[in-house]
Amino acid sequence: MRLRILVRITLSLVIFLALLFPLFPLNGGTVWAQSRPSQRFNPDISLNGLFAAGYFSEPDHLQFGAHDPNERGFTLQNLELTLTGAVDPFFRAEGHLIFGFEDGESILEIEEVHMTTTGLPYGFQVMAGQFFTRFGRQNKQHPHAWQFVDQTIINTLMFGGDGLRNLGVQVSALLPLPFYLELIGSVQNSTGETASSFLSSSEETFAGRPILEQAIDEGNDLLYMGRVEASFDLSETSSSVIGTSHLFGSNGTGLDTRTQIHGIDFFVKWKPTLAHNGWPFLILQGEAIQRSYQAGAALVDSNLLPRETFKTEGFYIQSLYGFKRQWVTGIRFGSADATDPSDPRTGDRWRVSPNLTFYPSEFSKIRFQYNYDRSDERNDPIHAVFVQYEFTIGAHAAHTF
Amino acid sequence: MKKIIFLLMWVVLIQKPLTVEAKKIRIVTTTEDLAAITRAVGGNRVQVDFIARGTQDAHFIDAKPSYILKLSRADLFVQIGLGLESGWVPSLLMGARNAKIQRGEKGYVNASQDIDLLDIPTQKIDRSAGDVHGEGNPHYWLDPMNGHRIAKNIAVGLLQIDPEGKDTYEENLKQFSKKLKVAVIRWQKKMAPFKGEKVVTYHNSWIYFLKRFSLEAVAYLEPKPGIPPSPSHLEHTIERIKAEGVRIIIVEPYFHGKVSRFVGKKSGVEVLVLPPSVSSGTVIGDYFQLFDHLIASLTDALKQ
Repeated sequence: MRLRILVRITLSLVIFLALLFPLFPLNGGTVWAQSRPSQRFNPDISLNGLFAAGYFSEPDHLQFGAHDPNERGFTLQNLELTLTGAVDPFFRAEGHLIFGFEDGESILEIEEVHMTTTGLPYGFQVMAGQFFTRFGRQNKQHPHAWQFVDQTIINTLMFGGDGLRNLGVQVSALLPLPFYLELIGSVQNSTGETASSFLSSSEETFAGRPILEQAIDEGNDLLYMGRVEASFDLSETSSSVIGTSHLFGSNGTGLDTRTQIHGIDFFVKWKPTLAHNGWPFLILQGEAIQRSYQAGAALVDSNLLPRETFKTEGFYIQSLYGFKRQWVTGIRFGSADATDPSDPRTGDRWRVSPNLTFYPSEFSKIRFQYNYDRSDERNDPIHAVFVQYEFTIGAHAAHTF
Repeated sequence: MKKIIFLLMWVVLIQKPLTVEAKKIRIVTTTEDLAAITRAVGGNRVQVDFIARGTQDAHFIDAKPSYILKLSRADLFVQIGLGLESGWVPSLLMGARNAKIQRGEKGYVNASQDIDLLDIPTQKIDRSAGDVHGEGNPHYWLDPMNGHRIAKNIAVGLLQIDPEGKDTYEENLKQFSKKLKVAVIRWQKKMAPFKGEKVVTYHNSWIYFLKRFSLEAVAYLEPKPGIPPSPSHLEHTIERIKAEGVRIIIVEPYFHGKVSRFVGKKSGVEVLVLPPSVSSGTVIGDYFQLFDHLIASLTDALKQ
């Protein structure tokens, strides 16, 4: 008996060592020599940390974004590990893993992981994996790319604290026209926390109705998005991008209840030819979003809530002025006709946020922001001040316009 | 669904005539210097467009959708490489969805191939040293002798995608090189009296030019690449200027401003604003005119 155990151990040890130090290498004896240059094939890696120190005049505040500063004191807004690289001659891939604290526990989220074709004919491009839905301008942006400390009210209201992202496929095409026109369509799962106006997660409620636990069992249950994006250069020094986005899917309050979300957005940037390290510049950006949510009938605490359709809308407009190298000042106004993301009947609200950002380099920033938050649900406004700080180490990601 | 099929058909149909009528090889370069050299090599077989104007800093170009559009229709793409355009070229290439010009394909040319680079880090680098380039200094087009290699790299790219133009490209390359050889001798002769002259530049972007003409940069207005000058650094630089007998401060048009004027005034030294690139619509219309202009401005300033 003992002998058999000994033989087994010896055998496994031999196999293990043989794997580690190949005695009979299959393709010549150059295994070690070749292994080091393989490091060249490592993907580009970067780590981004985004933190804030904040003060709210009211501890029970109105910052519902999952990456917003959310308490008096310090908040880890986002810690993101990004890996990007070419897969082969046909695809590129990128992954964004985010780490954070939730009720004192460290958590990991798969924010985005997707592969994209690099050269399909006729201007087509297919992306597949887990990704932010390309609805408007704000939703697809990672927190460290935001121009303000927090998410806009309307985005939190429509897409929840984390933004709208899920597993799916996106097809886009660049049309052969004299100007830039891109058509984008995507199909994604509509379940889970990151699809909050849709099938969402059964822990949530909407307008008092519980969200039913539902799996996707037919095409209607998926989330469909269509977007048209056009861009025009207004002059040598200023360019614009305009877009409309449309979302269709089922929601979790009933078995046949539907949600539609429509949005329009614009972006204009001016930067003189003789800009010094990218300064000065002026940006004007805005987005308006409208949702129509068919809530199903439900019996809650022996009250019958009827089937009804809720329309919710809101917008934001923001401007950023890079007035002096390393310095940017901005102001944003955002408004929506509901305060509580889970209840569209709650009153109107608006928020105005001036800020000032200092960029020691492209890889760090310090941002000061004040929020004046007004809601019909509250008698007093909420004042908040934030100091946000950010670092990036590793690969430099290319910017998009 | 029908609508989508119609839309797809429409996309496919309107693309056809565009590809048929295209006769000239369409080339997009990141900078105007590359565009000028490409025109010289490609002759009338090519149609050249560029992204960054000569008056713009090629480090800081916005990845505008209109540039994506240009790249989507290109047969050949030429870039400086070495990280100069790393803030915007990857986004443009990805957005362009053009299989022909992706990195590693026939229609992609990295003009820095086989150039003798300067400032290659000899030890591990990180960003505490500022915006350093890990593979070497990317401002290599400012040594006119590197023009030969750049032109050859472009010619190799052209031959790959348009083998029928072999004779034209080889002949143009020969002519370009011959003309450049003669010109370099002329420029070196003009600069000979100023051998060993010490200068100060804003960014470490003139190293290739200075080396070719035996000039030396003893200080930079930037304390580290990409990092704005602090008052103490400027004070130190002004002392260096006086101690080393520097007579000119060279700055690119986009770096010229309060800082260079201040240092010029405090040290009593001329600030010479020199364009580092070809710029269409100005007197610097091609690669030769670039150096004609640089040498003329420099010799004028140094003669005084």
